[in-house]
Amino acid sequence: MTSVLYDAPGPRAKRRNIIFSVVFFTLLALLLWWVYTVMDDKGQLEWALWKPFTQSEAWTTYLLPGLADTLKAAGLAMVIALPLGAFFGISRLSDHVWVRIPAGAVIEFFRAIPVLLLMLFANEFYSRYTDVSSEDRPLYAVVTGLVLYNASVLAEIVRAGILSLPKGQTEAAHAIGLRKGQTMTNILLPQAVTAMLPAIVTQLVVIVKDTALGGVMIGFTELLNTRGTLAANYANVIPSFIVVAIIYIIVNFILTSFAGWLEQRLRRSKRSTGAVLGKDDVEEMNAAEVGGSYGTGAGGSI
Amino acid sequence: MFDFISDYDDPTLLGAFWVTVQLTVFSAIGSLIWGTLLAAMRVSPVPLMRGFGTAYVNIVRNIPLTVIVVFSSLGLADIFGVTMGAPDDFELQGFRLAVISLVAYTAAFVCEALRSGINTVPVGQAEAARAIGLSFSQVLRLIVLPQAFRSVIGPLANVLIALTKNTTVAATIGVAEAALLMKEMIENEAQTVLIGAVFAFGFVVLTLPTGLILGWLSKRLAVKR
Repeated sequence: MTSVLYDAPGPRAKRRNIIFSVVFFTLLALLLWWVYTVMDDKGQLEWALWKPFTQSEAWTTYLLPGLADTLKAAGLAMVIALPLGAFFGISRLSDHVWVRIPAGAVIEFFRAIPVLLLMLFANEFYSRYTDVSSEDRPLYAVVTGLVLYNASVLAEIVRAGILSLPKGQTEAAHAIGLRKGQTMTNILLPQAVTAMLPAIVTQLVVIVKDTALGGVMIGFTELLNTRGTLAANYANVIPSFIVVAIIYIIVNFILTSFAGWLEQRLRRSKRSTGAVLGKDDVEEMNAAEVGGSYGTGAGGSI
Repeated sequence: MFDFISDYDDPTLLGAFWVTVQLTVFSAIGSLIWGTLLAAMRVSPVPLMRGFGTAYVNIVRNIPLTVIVVFSSLGLADIFGVTMGAPDDFELQGFRLAVISLVAYTAAFVCEALRSGINTVPVGQAEAARAIGLSFSQVLRLIVLPQAFRSVIGPLANVLIALTKNTTVAATIGVAEAALLMKEMIENEAQTVLIGAVFAFGFVVLTLPTGLILGWLSKRLAVKR
């Protein structure tokens, strides 16, 4: 195996690699042993603490309703944020300066603000100026915060998706006499949506992770929040954290794998132009890289 | 209009943002170190190290930062008794727990940024370097790392900006930084929109220059291929 860094190993390198393996394995084993003894010392390995997770009550009363709320908030946020993001993303590509600049300013503003600030603000705003009931308010606030932030991230994804298409598409559309609006709706958008599907699914991972903030800070009954109730009931802080973390990992792993599968499929497909916005492109989304000259790049959504 | 700001003195508005900056700086340094180690493992020729690096990144990236931060307080500190050298000073303890949580989380993203940077260097570069007789350390020092480092500035800048925004999660364990002060202010004062605007402005001030300067730098230093 040749990589940029290493040539195929010879006899000496092979010997050295084995020594490294052994040393690393020992260190890893020591670390795991230490974790095990600490867990054992603090009595966190007792079956009584883990038993609730083998019975249906812990799942049906706490974890599954929590997971349902997590997914509900994430799904709602995505569904509302997508059209908003598409609107701002397309506006930012407009030929008119007075459309482009305000759209860019809105996008950059909301991308630069932590999503927690938006949630806190939305929560207080709803409680003072609207008559949303206090049971519904956390969900409204979490979804509002997520929508405001992710619409601006999705706007950049839409813009990057449209810019990733070959120039010939626009030129050909103009050549057969389509107007700018027709070119966008009939030629560019359908292709861009396909190209950015993997990136959109990846953004869903970020949204799922961000719902947990609402659970702690504004009392939204999502997975992390119901974990607290569960742990208070069974006094199993560590096991409940481990189980909840595993649930998050599984959900997000499914989403990530799905995005990867979509990306592969789109890259292979012969019918498209081959333009794909991959799952890794979102994190590296920088206005400077996607061809904008007025972007600040204050993005970074992880 | 801004009178209410002077009513808060523990911490003051600027003091809270100073804590945010401190969280960002300490976590950035820590995650750069830990992330580099992880990246070194992920590209190493030793399968066990590669496996560990891959597992770490995939596990940590898929857990919400909030879960990690809350766990550091309720699990690490309360149950395992990891007091971070400050068993009595809860403020300091919370701050340090927040920093190690942010480091553990952000390092996974730093690792991925570095690894993708290394992958942008064409294999031919290293092969040519070996062909003219450079040793491993020379290949790394003179050929691969200078090119990788340049292409990594953009992605790392994005990680840094995201880290700045992620420090607000420390509010969940009571670290007196900007988001926690905003929560307190916005619940007690009448000027909801004004308070929101003040704190939003604070974060725009923190993240915008980082994005502009590092974005400019990454464009300027980009390797033209």
